[in-house]
Amino acid sequence: MHELSIVLSIVEIAEEQARQNAARKVESIELEIGALAGIELDALIFAWEAAVPGTILEHAERIIHHLPAKARCMDCGSTYAARQFFEACPSCGQYLSELVQGKELRVKSLVVS
Amino acid sequence: MCSTCGCSSQASGGVTITKIGEEENHVHLSAGGHEHHHEAGNGHHHHHHHHEADGNHHHHAHPDAQEPAPVKTVLELERDIMQKNDLLAERNRGYFEAKNMLALNLVSSPGSGKTSLLERTLVDLQAEVNCFVIEGDQQTSNDARRIAKTNAPVVQINTGKGCHLDAAMIHKALKQLAPTDDSLLFIENVGNLVCPALFDLGEGARVVIISVTEGDDKPLKYPDMFHTADLCIINKMDLLPYVDFDVAKAREYALRVNHHLAFIELSATTGQGMEQWYDWLREQRLALRN
Repeated sequence: MHELSIVLSIVEIAEEQARQNAARKVESIELEIGALAGIELDALIFAWEAAVPGTILEHAERIIHHLPAKARCMDCGSTYAARQFFEACPSCGQYLSELVQGKELRVKSLVVS
Repeated sequence: MCSTCGCSSQASGGVTITKIGEEENHVHLSAGGHEHHHEAGNGHHHHHHHHEADGNHHHHAHPDAQEPAPVKTVLELERDIMQKNDLLAERNRGYFEAKNMLALNLVSSPGSGKTSLLERTLVDLQAEVNCFVIEGDQQTSNDARRIAKTNAPVVQINTGKGCHLDAAMIHKALKQLAPTDDSLLFIENVGNLVCPALFDLGEGARVVIISVTEGDDKPLKYPDMFHTADLCIINKMDLLPYVDFDVAKAREYALRVNHHLAFIELSATTGQGMEQWYDWLREQRLALRN
């Protein structure tokens, strides 16, 4: 249940930002989560509902951008959509790839007032 | 919810760090050990947009402190959620580097034989190098007591409901453990192939341990952990004749996930393959000097 730790880190970031900007409320929060970031979205939402009440994010609108994973084949150089770490290159069939997108775990923006 | 470790309620409610032999001096961490101190002033460079009700936005100076703030401010943060852990992990890494220590993060599912591997390793290597151990478990000091019998200094971290160790826990545990220069530190993570993958502890290398009594498709089932590991130990090789585990297949699957992964096959019970593991440790220690 590391998703709970993630939610608590998000709350911490939001509270710190609200304090630094003398804001009372967080209206919305935008997250970017890569498909291979190791986060189960359902678990994150479950943890969110458990951990967020009573914090500055209680009434904030939560916007999640899901970033699909992309890999680059180190053999033939082509870039392709990867559903997993072990996705063979569709052009040459090799597993020698490196991930170029999909590990993101970011608070993209906050709207505070 | 994480069914692997079964943690549920408020995070890390009650992390306890105990040095075996000095149980009265244990430390409690609040909320996963996250302590924060922030100055009121802000040296931050955020881009602020102020939205008007009509949806247009324009730029203007910061509102005075007295001015009630009905305006909405957009903070373009682009902040990595793991940043705090990762910064602290880098701090741990700097500590290890300054002390010329090799720190290893041992991860596996429960029952793969991490503790047995560690016991044997400590007995065999202590004459050669000073070894220190941090044990992570949700509950009990059973593993730390097993380790303490080898005479290696050991600190037990009980994560309570938490399913992984994080950099803050290691940072605190190191203060109690006080490892010596040029030593070898083994961090035995909570038995869980999912959650610990995400948390950098500042280790020099990550070692994932599987055993032949598990499925050979484990690397495909839990790819995150294999993706972040440097070495894969296949343990309980003495049991191979009795189980349906294809070593070649397990290796191939793991290499699909992470083509940098190295492998060692061994049995912590019979000792077969242990010398290869010790050689790997020696190589890693030598590499610290470069």
